[in-house]
Amino acid sequence: MAKAALIESPAALTGSEVASRSLRQIVWTRLRRDKLAMVCLFILIALYLIAIFAPVICGLLGVDPYSFDKESISDSGGGPVGTWGGISTEHPLGVEWGTGRDIFAQLLYGLRISLLIATTATILTVFFGTVLGIISGYAGGKTDAVIGRTMDLILAFPFLLIILAMSGVLTQRLTALGVPDGNPSRITYLIIVLSIFGWPYLARIVRGQVLSVREREFVEASIAMGASRYRILFKEILPNLWAPILVYATLTLPTYVGTEAALSFLGVGVLPPDTSFGGMLGNSVSYFSVVPSYLFIPGVVLVVLVVTFNLVGDAVRDALDPRAGRV
Amino acid sequence: MSAYVVRRVISMIILLLLLTLVVFILFSLLPADPARLTCGKGCTPEVLEANRHKLGLDLPVIQQYWEFMKGLFVGRIYAADSPDPVVCNAPCLGYSFKRGEEVLVLIKDRLPATIWLALGAFILWLAAGISLGIYAALRRGRWQDKTVMGISLAGYSLPSFFLGLMAIFFIVIRLQLLPYPAYVSPFENPIQFFQTMLLPWIVLAILYAAFYMRLTRNQMLEVLGEDYIRTARAKGLPERVVIRKHALRAGLTPIVTAAGLDLAGLLGGAIITESIFSLPGLGSLAVNSVNDADLPVIVGITLVTATFIIVANLVVDLLYAVIDPRVRLV
Repeated sequence: MAKAALIESPAALTGSEVASRSLRQIVWTRLRRDKLAMVCLFILIALYLIAIFAPVICGLLGVDPYSFDKESISDSGGGPVGTWGGISTEHPLGVEWGTGRDIFAQLLYGLRISLLIATTATILTVFFGTVLGIISGYAGGKTDAVIGRTMDLILAFPFLLIILAMSGVLTQRLTALGVPDGNPSRITYLIIVLSIFGWPYLARIVRGQVLSVREREFVEASIAMGASRYRILFKEILPNLWAPILVYATLTLPTYVGTEAALSFLGVGVLPPDTSFGGMLGNSVSYFSVVPSYLFIPGVVLVVLVVTFNLVGDAVRDALDPRAGRV
Repeated sequence: MSAYVVRRVISMIILLLLLTLVVFILFSLLPADPARLTCGKGCTPEVLEANRHKLGLDLPVIQQYWEFMKGLFVGRIYAADSPDPVVCNAPCLGYSFKRGEEVLVLIKDRLPATIWLALGAFILWLAAGISLGIYAALRRGRWQDKTVMGISLAGYSLPSFFLGLMAIFFIVIRLQLLPYPAYVSPFENPIQFFQTMLLPWIVLAILYAAFYMRLTRNQMLEVLGEDYIRTARAKGLPERVVIRKHALRAGLTPIVTAAGLDLAGLLGGAIITESIFSLPGLGSLAVNSVNDADLPVIVGITLVTATFIIVANLVVDLLYAVIDPRVRLV
């Protein structure tokens, strides 16, 4: 209430409409002016829609990632019939070696898995990073020390190695906990480990911000008014932190898409018949000297995905940068 | 300063002890049974149980941890009460029964390839990243700046395994400019060494250079906006001197931090690059050990890597105070 009154008073005095713009409005206005970012944003929305409606799209095109097509591969050796990995009207991007499964359909389903893992892991990372960062920065003392040392510990781990080494057991544990066996638990595992190794980076940033915000007058005022700890942390301090959090989140998503692909490439990700970009690239290793499209099709799609995410992330960061107007 | 160093070293040791404990607890969850590997064909449950006892695997995790720590300092003897005990001298990082070798020896064997890879890439990425970053900062907003930032975006958006596979496809398979990678020591056959390492160096360096271009550019822009730069210019110093003597020194100190930590991280093995180019380094040893469920080796590599990172953290902080006189360590 107090804040709103302060902001409104100058306008009331001058009588003109000096409406304060919320952070969301500022960012949105700036983003809309950035044409490249808008194009990328539309591509991203399209990619999410494609991922969500992958089964429908595949149904319309008459392709399906699971069914074998023995006609499209040669009897001897199992290589695809025709040029460019068996590209034909039936299979727009060719077929898999040995099974004749459609590559285009696999890509769409792979996109689904990549986006599912990266998006969920980003949400979890942002949630834990923010909450623990705020608590650590505001509480100080022992709480801060415990959270801080935990972060140091996590950051000191060679995370790729740990993720590889633990995947077998922890996937089994997840199954024991009731997550469906097979790919659901492998996906859950990836989401969990990405979040565990990701949150400390954000928590550090948030903690640093909280250290300065908590000294500001409005925080003191709400303490004086007897606001609860929860209210101070999440209603007073948190709204001041959205800028760094949003920037971090938009730049983390593409990192997770890449990390997930790398892990699937190394064999941690989903197992056939499901597939993901990393898995397809991993499979391509044995064949790409003969069928280069196995390497390039998933690779290029993966790069496009990551580049688009990064461009949007950069644009969001520029839009949120308070000094951007000066350049 | 010396009090600070002592305090940091103590907290570093505590962190390392904690880390070892966490690694032990994590890996004790693994079903892989090292005793199984010592007990070949015709293994009976009794023999297996006896072997497990010899290796100390029937002890609780905390006690195994204790044995391991003791081994680090005074060495340990596996299967002491059997006819053929295995001696592992201090510092004993464990013994791989799968490979019939001390973990420390395995790591030492693999370390050179990893170090060469890391050092070569490090030099490349620092040279490319910092110079392009400075160049972009000095041409801020112009097409040169935008080009460098575009290169940077492309660099960190390209997954390194895709980049590596493309490099092999185009340069090794199609154009046959380089032979298929086969690692040799540079002291044995320097030409083959360079032919093998060139692509891994470039692939690994591109990823990091992309980050360093941005980091350097942002740092330089930050510094160039400072008052003392305006003062230096107002004094009539030539722009070259302003950039070299005033801006670079302040602008590049944070990059020392990042570079130190990244190099330390790489010394633990670049898992993906090493796997793609089949380099016999720590990273590929780690992946093979994961596939073989060779627990002692995984634990050993994890600890060695983590130690590199933690020590680098300290070194970088100390170095920072040396380079930047404004930093006071208290």
